[in-house]
Amino acid sequence: MTISTTVSRRQFIKLTGAGTSALILGFAAPWACAKDKVLSDTEFEPNAWVKITSDDTITVVMPRSELGQKVWTALPMILADELEADWSKVKVVQGHLNEAYGNQTTGGSKSVRTNYDALRKAGATAREMLITAAANKWTVDRSECRAENNRIIHSSSGKSLSFGELVESATLLPIPADVPLKDPKDFKIIGRSIKSIDTAFKVDGSLEYGWDFQKPQLLTAVIARCPVFGGTVVSFDSGEALKIDGVVKIFPVLAGIAVVARDTWTALKARKKLSVEWDNGSNASLSSENISQKLNDNLTKTAKVLRKDGEPERLLKKAEKVFDAVFEVPYLDHAPMEPMNCTAFIHDGVCEVWSPTQNPGGGFQAAKQITGFEDAQIHIYTLRSGGGFGRRLQADYVADAIEVATQVDAPVKVIRTRDEDIQHGFYRPTSVHKVQGVLGKDGFPTIWTHRVSGPVQWNGLFTPGADELAYGIKNQLIDYVTDEIPVPVGAWRSVSHTQTAFVNECWIDELAVRADADPVEYRRQLLKDKPRHLGVLNLVADKSGWGKELAPGHARGVAVHYSFNSWAAMVVEVSLGNDGNLKIHQVDCAIDCGIVINPDGVAAQVEGGVTLGLTAALYGEITLAGGQVRQSNFHNYRLLTMRDAPVIHTHIVKSTEKPTGAGEPPVPPTTPALINAIAKLTGKRIYHLPIQQPLT
Amino acid sequence: MTQIKFKVNGKSYSLMIDPDTPLLWVLRDHLKLTGTKYSCGMGICGCCTVHVDKQPTRSCITPVSAVAGKAIVTIEGLDANGLHPLQRAWIDGDVPQCGYCQPGQIMTAAALLEENPQPTDADIDDAMSGTLCRCGTYQRIRNAIHQAAKEV
Repeated sequence: MTISTTVSRRQFIKLTGAGTSALILGFAAPWACAKDKVLSDTEFEPNAWVKITSDDTITVVMPRSELGQKVWTALPMILADELEADWSKVKVVQGHLNEAYGNQTTGGSKSVRTNYDALRKAGATAREMLITAAANKWTVDRSECRAENNRIIHSSSGKSLSFGELVESATLLPIPADVPLKDPKDFKIIGRSIKSIDTAFKVDGSLEYGWDFQKPQLLTAVIARCPVFGGTVVSFDSGEALKIDGVVKIFPVLAGIAVVARDTWTALKARKKLSVEWDNGSNASLSSENISQKLNDNLTKTAKVLRKDGEPERLLKKAEKVFDAVFEVPYLDHAPMEPMNCTAFIHDGVCEVWSPTQNPGGGFQAAKQITGFEDAQIHIYTLRSGGGFGRRLQADYVADAIEVATQVDAPVKVIRTRDEDIQHGFYRPTSVHKVQGVLGKDGFPTIWTHRVSGPVQWNGLFTPGADELAYGIKNQLIDYVTDEIPVPVGAWRSVSHTQTAFVNECWIDELAVRADADPVEYRRQLLKDKPRHLGVLNLVADKSGWGKELAPGHARGVAVHYSFNSWAAMVVEVSLGNDGNLKIHQVDCAIDCGIVINPDGVAAQVEGGVTLGLTAALYGEITLAGGQVRQSNFHNYRLLTMRDAPVIHTHIVKSTEKPTGAGEPPVPPTTPALINAIAKLTGKRIYHLPIQQPLT
Repeated sequence: MTQIKFKVNGKSYSLMIDPDTPLLWVLRDHLKLTGTKYSCGMGICGCCTVHVDKQPTRSCITPVSAVAGKAIVTIEGLDANGLHPLQRAWIDGDVPQCGYCQPGQIMTAAALLEENPQPTDADIDDAMSGTLCRCGTYQRIRNAIHQAAKEV
């Protein structure tokens, strides 16, 4: 079968407007961001995701933000498998903000889950067109041809052509609307622990992060900010600062006073010489003590109900024995190793922004709002982030850079020092949780209540995970109360689940101990109808050797939790030193995230999630006094070190379900598994984080 | 402003510069060697680690005046092709996640192996517990150091 075409090679194809083949898939070519595209002899780009060149290179566009979670490798693996690409010929480029890719926000552990189908279709489409191109060339039926490892092979004769050799003819073909996808059992790349494609650049210092971005005549700026949230500038004196050689301009911005200089050290020196009179405003009386008091007092307010099963209130009144507890967790900063920074340049009626971001769309909105420019005049470029954890979903630091750029005639990079970054964050909120439990004669809970007291109106930051309690408990009341504490809050890796899993899994564990039951077996019984919860629980119990004897002075704790479409269960093994200080020996994590693209990538996410969770449990707290964050650097906002780090084993549930995420799911069960292990070791329950050591 | 001379990755430099400028900013802003990173500015996290006359040094708290006449090696100069045994072990073990702390980790590990070619786990704890990683790559760093030590 041949396909005839009257389109000549040099014809312009308009990729907007009605009826063009590219629009059948709703794609627009992203490469030049141009609406008109010249057909080329040397490039085949059937959609916004992949370009094949006559040198046989496969260039895959990765339109999410790479933060260390290795989407840079995983997403291209999906496309490459369907395409039947030779992985060694795959090159990856960043996809910048472009409507061709839909929502490009990177968060919620959804990069693989939400792009899986599109990537497969994109790869399969290119594959099918290459098969057609080869079949046309050989004047054979396309059913006699197959794609394999960057070549199209004619099965009976064995003749073959490389993808590169077919570019010129493939490029003329109409783009098919429907293409067959591989049977997952035929995956050759998906499911393998392929090494990350960009490690060499990370270990030789050449990888460019946001802060490393270079541009001719680049200026550097820092902002002097009021240490109290919501405070404003009354007056400032830049006289001394302006005397420093290399200072370009000093002026007020929304966030404080901007100091623009020719290099970083000059900007920092000049900021120190600034004299600013602040109006600290009404938040100057905020303290951790009064915030905690408020959240605890609010427990008696009228609550909004999220879930009510059975008759919890009536039965509570009749219950002989009601167990209860109050859990509390502090604010947490994300503290990625690369502080917030962003470069912006406004020139010739155009606004260009280069940001290490998880949310290029947010940057775009900020640029529109600040400059008032038309959409086509705003260009957002996504740079590599030195960690994100949800902090880079916020566009505050992007807006800062754009605002500063409106006042200078050069590209300007706005950076932050660590203290500034910790003290002007969007924190994982503090929350207080009141729980109650009543046990039946068989020891299993008949009543479970959980009231969450959160510091802001939007309960999405502190309730999910509480109301989706997986345990089969007949009478449940899950509700929440809110406040309006003016400390900025945001999503921190696994968001509400950092709080609700801590409470759920410590509370069920405490009830299990009260019922004199084994914590794993207790959960097993209550998860009878939850096969995927059971899957991870049983796998982690098996692999960790739960129930087998431990070294003297060691104890284990378990937790299981569902979040962001995946299931994770954790067993943590601890002991206490003579000084009462905790030693965490080993963590086993079982995870069910459906079809796994790259098992080693999942293991890395587990190692990262566990590390973040343990750090939060052991050291994490942001406290306030006089409306100011007390912490300022890694000496008082401690991170886990090499010495503290346990061995972490990842066990993946084999699954044929659609792929879901691994970025956040390992975080929530980590803290409660640790607390449960400590309870087993010491007989004492911990309800407030971080853990206070030494433990007695 | 003072004229200060030093070598970086084998190349000689003579800069007219404020002698208090931390070496980190001289490397990044003046020499455009951005492999060495800023993270804490207080010498706590190790992201800014370079070698000064073979000693691991926190460049964010080292004024450039202190390196006058000295030989500095940054991550870019550790190996001409980026294939030092540690770099190869890092690639082999898929060590980095975001990668931002890794130049500092590798430079610190390189100094360790220079002094102690067969470090124990306790030696690694002592040498490496001052270089922080938020992404949780510690066990892979440990394994990679052991692997590189086999070659050294």
